[in-house]
Amino acid sequence: MNYQIVVLIKQVPDTQNVGPDAMNADGTVNRAALPAIFNPEDLKALEMALQIKEQYPGSVITVLTMGPERASAIIRDALSRGADRGIIISDARFAGSDTLATSYALACAIRKIGEFDMVLGGRQAIDGDTAQVGPQVAEKLDLPQITYAERLLELNGKHIVLTRRLDNGVETVEAELPVLVTVTASAPDCRYPHAHLLLKNAKAQAEIWNADAIRPEIERLGLKGSPTKVKKIDNVVLAHKEGVQVECSEAGINGLVMTLVQDHIIG
Amino acid sequence: MNFYDDNDSLKFHLTHPDMLKIAAMKEQDFVEHGKYGDAPANAEEALENYGRVLSLVGEIAGEVVAPNAEEVDHEGPRIEENKVVYAKGTQQNYDVLKKSGLFGISMPRCYHGLNFPYVPFIMTTEIISRADTGFATIWSLQDCAETVSEFADQALKDKFLPRIYEGATCSMDLTEPDAGSDLQAVRLKATFDEAANCWRLNGVKRFITNGGADLHLVLARSEEGTLDGRGLSYFLYDRADGGLTVRRLENKMGIKGSPTAELVFNNAPAHLIGERRFGLIKYVMTLMNDARLGVGSQSVGLSEVACREAEAYAAEREQFGQAIVRFPAVRDLLMTMRARTDATRTLLYETSRMVDLYKAYEAKGKNMTPEERAAYKAALRSADILTPILKLSASEFANRNAYDCIQVHGGSGFMKEYACERLYRDARILSIYEGTSQLQVVAAQKGIANGTYLSKIEEYDSRPLHGSLEPLRAQLREATENCKALLELPNSEEQGYDFKRMQTDVIAAIIMAYLLLSDSQRQLDGDESCSRSFLPSARYMAAYARAESVRCLAMAKSYSV
Repeated sequence: MNYQIVVLIKQVPDTQNVGPDAMNADGTVNRAALPAIFNPEDLKALEMALQIKEQYPGSVITVLTMGPERASAIIRDALSRGADRGIIISDARFAGSDTLATSYALACAIRKIGEFDMVLGGRQAIDGDTAQVGPQVAEKLDLPQITYAERLLELNGKHIVLTRRLDNGVETVEAELPVLVTVTASAPDCRYPHAHLLLKNAKAQAEIWNADAIRPEIERLGLKGSPTKVKKIDNVVLAHKEGVQVECSEAGINGLVMTLVQDHIIG
Repeated sequence: MNFYDDNDSLKFHLTHPDMLKIAAMKEQDFVEHGKYGDAPANAEEALENYGRVLSLVGEIAGEVVAPNAEEVDHEGPRIEENKVVYAKGTQQNYDVLKKSGLFGISMPRCYHGLNFPYVPFIMTTEIISRADTGFATIWSLQDCAETVSEFADQALKDKFLPRIYEGATCSMDLTEPDAGSDLQAVRLKATFDEAANCWRLNGVKRFITNGGADLHLVLARSEEGTLDGRGLSYFLYDRADGGLTVRRLENKMGIKGSPTAELVFNNAPAHLIGERRFGLIKYVMTLMNDARLGVGSQSVGLSEVACREAEAYAAEREQFGQAIVRFPAVRDLLMTMRARTDATRTLLYETSRMVDLYKAYEAKGKNMTPEERAAYKAALRSADILTPILKLSASEFANRNAYDCIQVHGGSGFMKEYACERLYRDARILSIYEGTSQLQVVAAQKGIANGTYLSKIEEYDSRPLHGSLEPLRAQLREATENCKALLELPNSEEQGYDFKRMQTDVIAAIIMAYLLLSDSQRQLDGDESCSRSFLPSARYMAAYARAESVRCLAMAKSYSV
């Protein structure tokens, strides 16, 4: 048995290692100052796919991303870790996509890739933190979806059994293939690149598909296809002046509780 | 953390002008391009490939090996059912590196290797040693593949080289209870078993690094009745064939993660490597030079981490209202540590380049032109004289850096909370194993007596230099004159060894200083691969070489009166 696996990946600004110039004066992200990295949870999804391929050597892993051509860097990275094929869907007509338009474009691309047994992806990207794209792709492709997946327990050609990491515990779920799975941060880390693949793919170019290649309804793409409108962006800076020092004594604690009750925060 | 990307002095040495030639020769004019997906098309691409793999090793060293080092030091290996079980972190390091296909860096591509020359392989050892010097011993034993590749017959190569790539661990079993520095005294017996058509090993080996390994290269006495090195042959033993007991693991002062075992061979079946009687005099001598290069790289890695630990602490620790790095007493210590690191590193890669060059010419065999033959001999001579002074200086300087690293930390450095106490313990073996410092002095004697060192110094001295470096060259010329006077003094009988040691140390200091001058010259010529100037280190080493020459000459004169 082998599996056809599509892994959704995204190149994101490294918001986990921000320097002093990470934000523009207007509160938007200064993308130029942040290195572009492989979205961390997408790497975990790739690892899950690689483990499946290790167990079922004939399996084929295709990584798919939507973005500018410079996203080739994460495609090469994925290939050097063991993915078989990399595709970027890239077109000016995708610009301004919200999660609805993005998931639509990705779903069209997955249909074009052809037969598949599973679509894997990170739970969410560290730049938007929406966790919506995976589930929306599942809806559009009419697939069962398992979110917050942590560990693969079983795969038998027809079914997949996974654990889900939730706030209040771990849930074991089963779904029929084909399925869409989003993988969470506590899943196993992705392996490092393999030396031979690293050198072999050092100059590899991703396949680039434009909008026409995925045969979409053009009005569902990009800004036009995106109902989400940004009204304004606030630059929220947490200032120390709003902090209150509470004395570590019974009187201090009582005072804090009273304030919280008065503000209707508790009680 | 990436221990390659954050240290651009490695990039500086990787892009040394000779490297293009070394890459081209190693790739035999790129015959494998097109046949293997990872074989480069030209020398520039080969160098880029070295950098890519070094960056991968640097990432694993920084993210996996270094964070594991402390726990590995506490846990150490153990024996379970006659098998050596690594500390958890050691096993994880090994597994991650294996999964990334990194055990086979210098092996030929037909055995899944990367076919890298020595310079980048030695850099990986430096990088791993910066993360954990104990683990660097296990890492660099993949070099056993080089011995098999160079000297074993085709059938052995085909059988065992792929296994090393797949992660079979290796050891070199030389030392015995009564044969340490004197390997000619090896007694472990090898007899040919006619019935089974194989060799059988019987006897004891001691202090065997990575002694629980899957594959062992064993030095044994195959010629009954002989007493010296000419009766020794070299064997490959596969642990899977049985006949080996791991009797004990040593409880060591440092590199505690690296298992050091006592082994008992009992009728263990083994394969002969190469020809009988060449075990010590040819094969072990060759790999011993490689091993000394390996200890040189471990030493430089340890010097580097000692610098970094000291620099970080000095920037953070405040006394008298400011960071202690601002006090001259601390700042100067840090500068001296950095100079020692730069000096031994430049000697390390100069030596590695010479090894690469002579091996590349050697591979041409009888096809060498007369010019190539001359170049081969020159490179071989250089490698021979540079290797002992590298092993000597790098290991001794690493110890001094480890000592000074604790000094920068003050009282805190004496406590177990900081890495510097582990570095201090780990450094101590460097000037002992694979030939003590004293034996390196002995190994340098031939080059001293026949004038090879002095002609090497003349060669370095004749290189064109920027005017601003001339005062440093003048100091080194003075040091060389003192050195010549030192070499001409009649040897004192009571202090005969000290004389030799002083001569060797002064020669080493002069050579390291000249190499740093060349590095500074490269930077003045516009090489920007290293963001940090080597000039401060060059100034320090030139002054140091001159001062050492004055001191040693004065001391030797006092003795010869």
